[in-house]
Amino acid sequence: MRVVVDFDRCQSNAVCMDVAPEIFEVRDDNFLYILDETPPEALRSKLEEAVRRCPTQAISIAED
Amino acid sequence: MASPAIPGRVVVVGASLAGLSALEALRQSGFEGELIAVGAEPTLPYDRPPLSKQVLQGHWEPEKAALRDQSQYDALGVTWHLGRRATALDVAARTVTLDDGEPLAYDGLVIATGAAPRQLPGGQELAGIHVLRTLEDCLAIRADLETASRLCVVGAGFIGAEVAASARVLGVDVTVLEALPAPLARAFPPELGAACAGLHTDQGVDLRLGVTVAGFEGDGRVTGVRLGDGSVVEADVVVVGVGVVPETGWLESSGLRLDNGVVCDATCATSAPGVVAAGDIARWPNNLFGETMRVEHWSNAVEQGAAAAQRLLAGPGEAVDFAPVPYFWSDQYDTKIQFLGRCCPTDEVRVVDGSLEERRFVALFGRDGRLVGALAFSRPRLLMAYRKLLAAKTSFDDALAHAQSPK
Repeated sequence: MRVVVDFDRCQSNAVCMDVAPEIFEVRDDNFLYILDETPPEALRSKLEEAVRRCPTQAISIAED
Repeated sequence: MASPAIPGRVVVVGASLAGLSALEALRQSGFEGELIAVGAEPTLPYDRPPLSKQVLQGHWEPEKAALRDQSQYDALGVTWHLGRRATALDVAARTVTLDDGEPLAYDGLVIATGAAPRQLPGGQELAGIHVLRTLEDCLAIRADLETASRLCVVGAGFIGAEVAASARVLGVDVTVLEALPAPLARAFPPELGAACAGLHTDQGVDLRLGVTVAGFEGDGRVTGVRLGDGSVVEADVVVVGVGVVPETGWLESSGLRLDNGVVCDATCATSAPGVVAAGDIARWPNNLFGETMRVEHWSNAVEQGAAAAQRLLAGPGEAVDFAPVPYFWSDQYDTKIQFLGRCCPTDEVRVVDGSLEERRFVALFGRDGRLVGALAFSRPRLLMAYRKLLAAKTSFDDALAHAQSPK
């Protein structure tokens, strides 16, 4: 699975970082950085929760 | 007949964020029964936050506010009754009646009809006076703003503030009228309300505090807002943002316990068997804060929708308390406002990072020695770290010590 962020939607609420800090980091410049674009299967449920809770619905999962 | 542990048919009344979250949670939990959703608006669930920002400013076409794409909606396997309102609930017969007279039987029911904007007297008699809740409202305001030169916003809460900011971005002159002595004075101490006010006055908004609205001027179309002192604020568009009231009218004859919302227990269950509630309409005791609350935030709709769905599927003794840390955000100009937890004007407030003057800061709220809230302007990374501290009922002193530690 691959993490996809629509940066046109992302507004750096940092909710994803709270849910899945292994994958997402909002830095002091207030931009979101994807730390692991192809996270291991063990992180799937965390990633799904980040997708669900993202206030701007900017995150999706690509299966490829 | 005993109520089945696993319902055969779940009806969700309310097809916005909380309702959608409940529908998705039911399917994700393996519910294979029949799902029926009833929505007053003609559209599939869409996202409301962009209505005061990207869609209002014309940066997004309305389609971009859809919460899911068609294939995702198809995959849910839901029968949608859109453009339909529920008019009555019979908890003994387990039926919901719709406005076309059709009764819908349910085994499980999720109430998620949300809230409706409060209107001002006379506010519906003239063209050009709006509230903002639906996509239809948003597009009507957007159309008016295209030719408007003066917008008057009544209410300096978050909807009013975001509409004011969007209109300034579009180059429209804006006056904001607020009855309280400072914006958000029922939630924040005055210095934080002043920081919110500064975002707007910096951008040339004419913010008038402590004023009351007596009525509207105009003949067919609004030309101004008349204040309590008899003066008139000229305006060719007015947006009224003075709060919302829960949509409980259709439940009044149901016997369900209502009190400024649908009264739930700590697990989102209402006073009737097989009936749960979620989102803006639900009032429930949040045991993390020891407080009964009704929360109108986006994140609560997502989380409570899912929690209410789980509650319907839970067997005896399996129900879990819904006890989240409330979260909201608001984007105004280039500033991101974020708040976690609870707040009231008498809380002790400490700015622990940045300063109110530079409009970049984190402020912590303490009450009875405990951390109860955190507010940030344009400090998302630092703010979010406080969610876990709030969830852990951290003392105010420990939270202040955390703020001093290197990050």
